[in-house]
Parts: sequence; structure tokens; C-alpha cells
Amino acid sequence: MTPYLGIGLAALFMGGLGVGLAAVLAAASRKLYVYEDPRIDEVEDMLPHANCGACTKPGCRPFAEALVKGELDPGLCTPNSQEMTQAIAGFLGVEAVKREKRVARLACAGGAHVAYFRAEYAGLKSCRAAALVSGGGKGCTWGCLGLGDCDIACEFDAIHMNKFGLPIVNEGKCVACDDCVDVCPKDLFEIHPVSHKLWVACKSLSAGDEAEQDCEVACTACARCVVDAPEGLIEIRNNLAIVDYTKNDLASTVAIERCPTGAIVWLDDKKAKKGTGAKKIVRMEPLPRG
Amino acid sequence: MRHRFSHGVHPQQNKELTVDLPIQRVPFVGRYVLPLDQHLGAPAQATVNVGERVRRGQRIARPGGFVSTALHSPVTGKVMAIEPRRAPGGKFSPSIEIHADPFATQRLTPNPPIDWLSLTLEEFIHHIQWAGIVGLGGAAFPSHVKYSMPEGKKIEYLLINGAECEPYLTNDHRLMLERPDALLQGIAIVKRKLGAKRAIIGIETNKPGAIDTLRAQIKRIHKVDVMPLPVKYPQGAERMLIKAVFGYELPATKLPRDIGIAVNNVSSLVAIADYFGSGLPLIERIITVSGSGVTYPANLIVPIGTPLREVLRFCGGLREATKSVIMGGPMMGQPIGSLDIPIVKGTSGILAFTEKEASTTFELPCIRCGRCLAACPHFLNPSRLGRLAKARRFDEMRAYRLTDCVECGACSYACPSEIPLVQLIRTAKRESHQR
Repeated sequence: MTPYLGIGLAALFMGGLGVGLAAVLAAASRKLYVYEDPRIDEVEDMLPHANCGACTKPGCRPFAEALVKGELDPGLCTPNSQEMTQAIAGFLGVEAVKREKRVARLACAGGAHVAYFRAEYAGLKSCRAAALVSGGGKGCTWGCLGLGDCDIACEFDAIHMNKFGLPIVNEGKCVACDDCVDVCPKDLFEIHPVSHKLWVACKSLSAGDEAEQDCEVACTACARCVVDAPEGLIEIRNNLAIVDYTKNDLASTVAIERCPTGAIVWLDDKKAKKGTGAKKIVRMEPLPRG
Repeated sequence: MRHRFSHGVHPQQNKELTVDLPIQRVPFVGRYVLPLDQHLGAPAQATVNVGERVRRGQRIARPGGFVSTALHSPVTGKVMAIEPRRAPGGKFSPSIEIHADPFATQRLTPNPPIDWLSLTLEEFIHHIQWAGIVGLGGAAFPSHVKYSMPEGKKIEYLLINGAECEPYLTNDHRLMLERPDALLQGIAIVKRKLGAKRAIIGIETNKPGAIDTLRAQIKRIHKVDVMPLPVKYPQGAERMLIKAVFGYELPATKLPRDIGIAVNNVSSLVAIADYFGSGLPLIERIITVSGSGVTYPANLIVPIGTPLREVLRFCGGLREATKSVIMGGPMMGQPIGSLDIPIVKGTSGILAFTEKEASTTFELPCIRCGRCLAACPHFLNPSRLGRLAKARRFDEMRAYRLTDCVECGACSYACPSEIPLVQLIRTAKRESHQR
């Protein structure tokens, strides 16, 4: 018995095993083959891979699948650039519906320089935790808690807290993905098309002096905006001015002119314009606590 | 037969501030606010209109479902508003505001005692529900729900919770000292109606006066026992008390009634005795006002709905250095952000703390000492739960039995790194619940 025989046998056996298993794999890949549209991969490559969920799908891959099937239209992907959206539309031979850019807006303007605090919150530095404990320390029950859960939740670096503890949305970076809307325990964020320029930056359901006691820029439900604006555009519901955006075409700066607190604003060129009737607040440091 | 529950902590008691002070009655104030959802379960439904005059003890709201109770006016006066008001949780909840009539005598209409002996169990439960009686230990769980048994089950033991394990609070202690007869009457009523074989009053040994008083009173009463319990927090938690008294570890999936036990707080039983004795529904409760921030600490009978500010004014107001005000006990109570909120049925105390008691330090890293595990009476792993809560991994937290947590706060108390464990877990519980 030569030593070569043992080596030869082993090689033969291993080789045979390899060939046998390869045959099984080959058969399985034939048998279990699932046809996948090669366009899905290509469309997915053209998406921004943000997996943000703004398109209503759980991520970019399912969105690409839905696009190829023709269920959704490419314009739904808000983080994507116009060119890429057009490219996807051209690739799939569909018409990309032109969608207006939408952004997240905060319905509160009560930073630490205008909103009064009735208590100091010393617990967990998270809005959701603060909301459980007597709603944080702010006098206003509906206002922004200012602990920055939205700042952390925003994956596009579009939200930053300013020095008064209010989140500022960078409209250029905002993709309207809804993350801040979900995370805010006070439900202060809303997603709006940029053409919605009339904006009530308050959610306070208290009225008159009571509202102004807690925050200098609160909506006091005085209804002057309702009177000045075209009929039906604004109404007071539960002590709060509410804009009917189906009539957005009628909106103009007339409505904000006589607002005594400046709670209703006209968002123009990244600046929130207050009416001439609004009291001027030039305070640049936080109010004393107490 | 002496058992103990495992784990737990020993916080400084600080009960000497109010333990010797007899219960006083707070005078009537001008304005009362009664939130409609001050008990657990469905909110009550208002049955009065704005502008209507109400008598003291008159029903102003009816139960909004089975797990819900009625609400009664604490004063003779006029209903001024039914609208959302700031409630202890910091949220606004629908409330009835009543302005007291300054010329009314505020005397209760004398009612003949209710013949509880002839009531059936269903009628008895109905009475308790419509008298607005809830568990006065702090959770405000409607009492009648505890007494309604599913078919084929029976309460064997009535366990009376006189543990009062929260530091500072002495309201139950004073109640046992001053009204042992009413307590025993309440026990007799509930025991008879539920057909319980035995009633056991569990009292921590730091209340020797209450133990002696009740022992002297129960000599002639059959099948009612006082059981002294070693001092430990959270003795007053339902499951801990059952373990300490019966040595039976109640699984988290079971309710006390599944093993034939009904647990009641002493003040709830006194409320029941008062209702059946004089027709007085639950319109007032006993609270402890204590802490270094209160000028004159006291044990008080307060009409439900009295604004906190008025109660503190009666106690001489807050000291300048007061840093935080807590509704309830220091371990489980809720810090409040406004003094305009009313006393509700579940308020067992008001504590005002100055710097030395309410010191807030910063969080340090977990050093894996395991003290929170040794403290948790439910054998959970608070350290792990806290880490998962920070990472918002709620599904894993549920695998670590997140929902078993009773939020007693023993883990936060035990943690040498000052990690706000119970706060993290509580936030995670609420949030995972919402999903």
C-alpha cells in the first residue's frame, strides 16, 4: 500500500462530495429561482438610501419595488433631488408628479425669552419623560418643552435647538419625513407645503389674559384675525385660531396685521413676519425662572 | 408565622415631623375643582349643569363605566364651570368647578344609616361604586372592582393595608390611632359582605401605637388579626404585602382575587364605614402635609377638590427655600409644577422639600454593583431595563418583563450612581404602551 493511495482516495472522496453538493445547489437554484425585476436594483440606486419612511414605505427598497410595480410615483420621495426624481421617472417611463416641497413646522413660538416657567424640571433630559411629570416646567401646558427630542430624532440634521430652547427647522434640509411629528409628546410639529404661509405658532387652548400670563406670544383667541381674513379662512376653535388650508389661496398678510401677540405669522423667505399690531419683544435673554 | 418579602430598600422614615400631630380639619375655601378622571378607569360623567346649586355630598357625576366611580360635591355651593382644568398629572382634564356658598352651614344632610346587613353582594358593590369610593392608598383604583368576583371564585381573606411604607406620610397611622372603631366597622362590613373567613391588618412595626390601639380594640372581635411587619419599602405594595403576610409570591399574571385575597387600604375601609354609617360619600380624605419646606407640617382632613395652594396656606405656607413640591409620598409621588391643582382622591400627602432633601445630582456611569437588582421587589433587572430604555429598545424590555414593574422607585433609591432608573423605565412603559 503506497502512501499515494490514501491521499488519492481522500482527494477523490472530497472531490466527489464537492461535485455532488454542487449539483444539489445547482438544482436548487434552478428549482427555487425567483424572478426579480432587475430594474428594482437600479431604481434603488437612484434613491437617497435615507430609509426615512416619508414615502409611506418602510424603506428605500420596498419603495423601489412599489415604483417598479407602478403603485407609487417617484415624486413621493421627498429627500431625493429633483433631477434624480426625474431620472427615475424617465427610467421607468412614467410621469413624476410635481410635488411641492413640504417642511415640518412647529406650532409654538414660546422660547425661554417669552414663555414663563412655573417650575424647574430637573428630571430626565427628554421631552417624553418631562411630559409624564406634570408636563415639564413651562407655564403653558401645550407648549414646546425644549429638551430636544426632535433634534435627536431628526436624521437629516434639519432640526437644531436655539438658545431659547426652541427647535428651529432648516427648511433646506427638512425632507418632511414625519420623524419629529411622531416623537413630539406635545404634537407640535406639522408637515406643510411651503406655500402655506399663514401659520399659527401656538397650540394654547387657554384664552385672553390667562394665555398671555403663561406666554407672551400665545394665541389669546381674540379673533381679530378671523374678522380681518377672508371669510372661512380662519376660525377660532377651542380658544385657538385654526387656518383652513383648503382656502390657502385667499390667505394674505391682512390676517396677521392686528394680532396683538404675534401668534399668527406670515412665513416669508425663511422669516416669520409678525403683524404691525404685535407687541415688540426685543428681549434677547431668557426670562428669570420662578 | 412570620414571612418577609425579598429585596426592597430602607429609606429614612422622617415620619417624626407629623406622627404626633392629631388630624385637623381644613376650613372650607371659596373654590373647588374636581377632575372627572381622578380615579383609574373611565372618567365619570357630569350630571349637573353650570349654574346649578349643589349640596355638600350631592352626586355631581355618575360612573362612566364599570371601572369608574361617581363623584360628589365637597361643599354646598354653585357649579361655576365644567371645563378642562389643570389636573395633578400636568395635563388638562375635564373638571367641575364649584364655588362654595359663604352663607351655607356646610352641614351634611343627616342620612339614616344604610342597612348593610340586608344588602346582597351586587347591591353592596353598587353602593360602593355610587359612593365614589376608591382605594385611598394612592392609585385611586375603584374599590368596587376589587369586590366583584368572577363566577365561582370567593374571597377567603381580607387583607388590610396599614403598612404605610412611604417615608414622611403618617395619615394612615393617625387614622388607625384616632378612628380604630370606624376602621373595624369598615372591616366588619366588607368581611361580612364578601364572606371572607379572616381579616388581617398588616402594620409596620414603626407604628407601635397603631398596633396597640387596634389590638386592644379587636380583642372581642372574631377572626380579625393585627400582624406587625418589619419595616421595609415597598411593604404597602399589594403583592409585597401578600408575600409578607401569607408568604405567597403572587405571580405577575395573577390578581390577588385569583387566590382569594382582597387588599384594601385602611382609609378606604374607613370611607366605607363612614358611607354606611352616615351616608357620607367620599368627599374628603386625610392627607399628610410634611417636609422641610412646610412651615407647620400637619395631618389634615381635606375636602376633595381643595386647591393645593389653600391647603399649604392653612399649613403656614411654603418656606422660601422650598425647591420642589411632591404630591404623594417621596418614593412614588409625583412632583408638581403648579400649586393651582386640586387635591384628588388619590392624594395621600403633600411634601415640600428644600435643597437638603431635594438635591439633584448628575448621573454617573453604571458601575455594575447590582444594588438595583437587590432592591427590586419584583426581581427585575433595572440596570438592564434602564440601558435598554435609553436605547429605546422596547421589545427587548418587554422580554425583560418591563410590564411587571410597579414603579416603586427602589432601584433609583438604591443606585449609587444616581441613574434615574425608575424614571427611564416609567417613560419606556408609557411609550411602549402607546405604540
